[in-house]
Amino acid sequence: MNNEPLWEVFIRSKQGLDHKHVGSLHAADAQTAIENARDVYTRRMEGVSIWVVESKYIHATNPDESESLFDPANDKVYRHPTFYDLPDELKYM
Amino acid sequence: MESKPTNIDKNNLVNFTLFLADSSLIMGHRLSEWTGHGPMLEQDIAITNLALDLIGQARNFYQYAAELITNQKDKKITEDDLAYLRDAHEFKNLLITELPNGDWAKTIGKVFFFSTWQFYFYQKLIYSSDKQLAAIAEKSLKEVTYHVKWSSDWVIRLGDGTEESKKRMEKAIEDLWPYTGEMFVPADFEIDLENSVSINVSVIKSDWMEKVKSVFQEATLSLPTETWMQSGGKNGVHTEHLGFILAEMQFMQRAYPGLEW
Amino acid sequence: MDEPKELEKFDDKIEQEIRIEPKDWMPDDYRKMLIRQISQHAHSEIVGMLPEANWITRAPSLRRKATLLAKVQDEAGHGLYLYCAAETLNISREEMVDQLLSSRAKYSSIFNYPTLSWADMGTIGWLVDGAAIMNQVPLCRASYGPYARAMTRICKEESFHQRQGYEILLTLCRGSKEQKAMAQDSLNRWWWPSLMMFGPNDDASPHTAQSMKWKIKRFSNDELRQKFVDVCKEQADILGITIPDPNLKWNEERGHYDFGEINWDEFWNVIKGNGPCNKERLQARIEAHENGAWVREAALAHAEKKKVLVNY
Repeated sequence: MNNEPLWEVFIRSKQGLDHKHVGSLHAADAQTAIENARDVYTRRMEGVSIWVVESKYIHATNPDESESLFDPANDKVYRHPTFYDLPDELKYM
Repeated sequence: MESKPTNIDKNNLVNFTLFLADSSLIMGHRLSEWTGHGPMLEQDIAITNLALDLIGQARNFYQYAAELITNQKDKKITEDDLAYLRDAHEFKNLLITELPNGDWAKTIGKVFFFSTWQFYFYQKLIYSSDKQLAAIAEKSLKEVTYHVKWSSDWVIRLGDGTEESKKRMEKAIEDLWPYTGEMFVPADFEIDLENSVSINVSVIKSDWMEKVKSVFQEATLSLPTETWMQSGGKNGVHTEHLGFILAEMQFMQRAYPGLEW
Repeated sequence: MDEPKELEKFDDKIEQEIRIEPKDWMPDDYRKMLIRQISQHAHSEIVGMLPEANWITRAPSLRRKATLLAKVQDEAGHGLYLYCAAETLNISREEMVDQLLSSRAKYSSIFNYPTLSWADMGTIGWLVDGAAIMNQVPLCRASYGPYARAMTRICKEESFHQRQGYEILLTLCRGSKEQKAMAQDSLNRWWWPSLMMFGPNDDASPHTAQSMKWKIKRFSNDELRQKFVDVCKEQADILGITIPDPNLKWNEERGHYDFGEINWDEFWNVIKGNGPCNKERLQARIEAHENGAWVREAALAHAEKKKVLVNY
């Protein structure tokens, strides 16, 4: 027998916040996955909205490449506001 | 508007409330038998949610009934007295709730028929002249809406799944159908409260039937032919199963009377 | 990258408390150890539902019925979180369940003891969940990310379980003579099996050292067991019931309670399958799985049909 596919579950915990990955579960189809997510992951009022994505459709970066992908951002401190030296008298900037 | 109409028979109000409480409790109790034994982990959790909702509803109704009886008899009565110290003939739950769970198809059939009835019933009960009952109905309606959706999806899945699941679903429907009639035949206490505290149960019959038809159609299932309908639950005349449920459920309270747990 | 270099990087991450994530390189033995531990843990949650589910239909009040149901349901949830965490290590849930049902995988022995009275619901919450929490809180910092995250969620949810159990016992101990006797009898039966939950003594625990080196485990079995005894003694005193160990004594010098020797013969026998309920528990899981087979097949078949419709 082939098995029910795995789904990743994302939940918006309240209006105004992003959906956040909370875990996964098995379900035969998207509808069931949503219902299961409701029953499994929102028993304590953890959510107001649910997304489910079949796990096999998620594409991810390769950890082997993480140095070349993410380290180059390391020395670009000028992208952060604190990089700039301004007098204390200056307000609202 | 007054919270409780004064011109109604208090006994009927109590009986009506108990009828709703008992139906939810026995249904919830049966569903709780699945906990730990579900066909898959996700559904084990789902069906326990249903059981919890139903037991919660039962508690709300029992607490209200207990309050009514306490006022009436001037003797302190609790929700647990009502659940644990009445005998089978005093229970007014619908017969369908006490039937054994059987396989997953039978349980799904039970939940589907019962929840759909509850849905249309509560949808009217929220306009009850009794504010307390109306409030409980309103809270319960949200839960029941999900129960209907969940069980409809399962009826469709099983009806239009494999050959085996279809056969099992058909068998479940055939077994359960005779227990759907009494939902729409009012007991005396309902007739007395009709269109005030209670609803007109014959009105919701067509809604219920329409919903069943549409779900069955999607599930590629056919509606059973006209058949003899069992009844008696609302008047305390039950199947043999209820006695065993109570023997188990009430065991502690009966073996150790009058204690706190 | 070649393996020694990968291993060095891995060890470095462990050293620096950087979590290992599913796609990261990891030593085979690390993966194996995690699968073994996480799946065992998941099985324990699932089998652990049974002794308590046993009393759902007999709970003595509606409030107790609802709380017990919610608690047992949480255990199903916890099993699910853990199976999913293990699945990130390239093993399917089906495979893990198969290992359980064919007795190739273990689960916590405590669940092979019977629940004989209502007081057992209290004692399980107090001692069994208490011991579990003691084991689990450090696992929230386990080096493997998905495991640590599942444990964090579990610990958060579990906080009501022990209180639920203790409250049951408190009510019994403040109740009638027979209720108190029920509580004492229950403690007598569950105390020693609870201590066994921490596993064999450190010198007889083959996996502990490596597991601690990889920061999966943070404390040894004996350390956690001692902590548990210290806490429970005081909690038993509040209840007014007696821990069934004549050797339980405060040791000023150690700053801990001394306690008697565990019956390791019993421990190993229950693990081997000779506990009072090993067969029933496994049978219950096998039946649930087998009775559910046609349901799972139907759900899949229906999903397939719908997919075909959508594609047209």
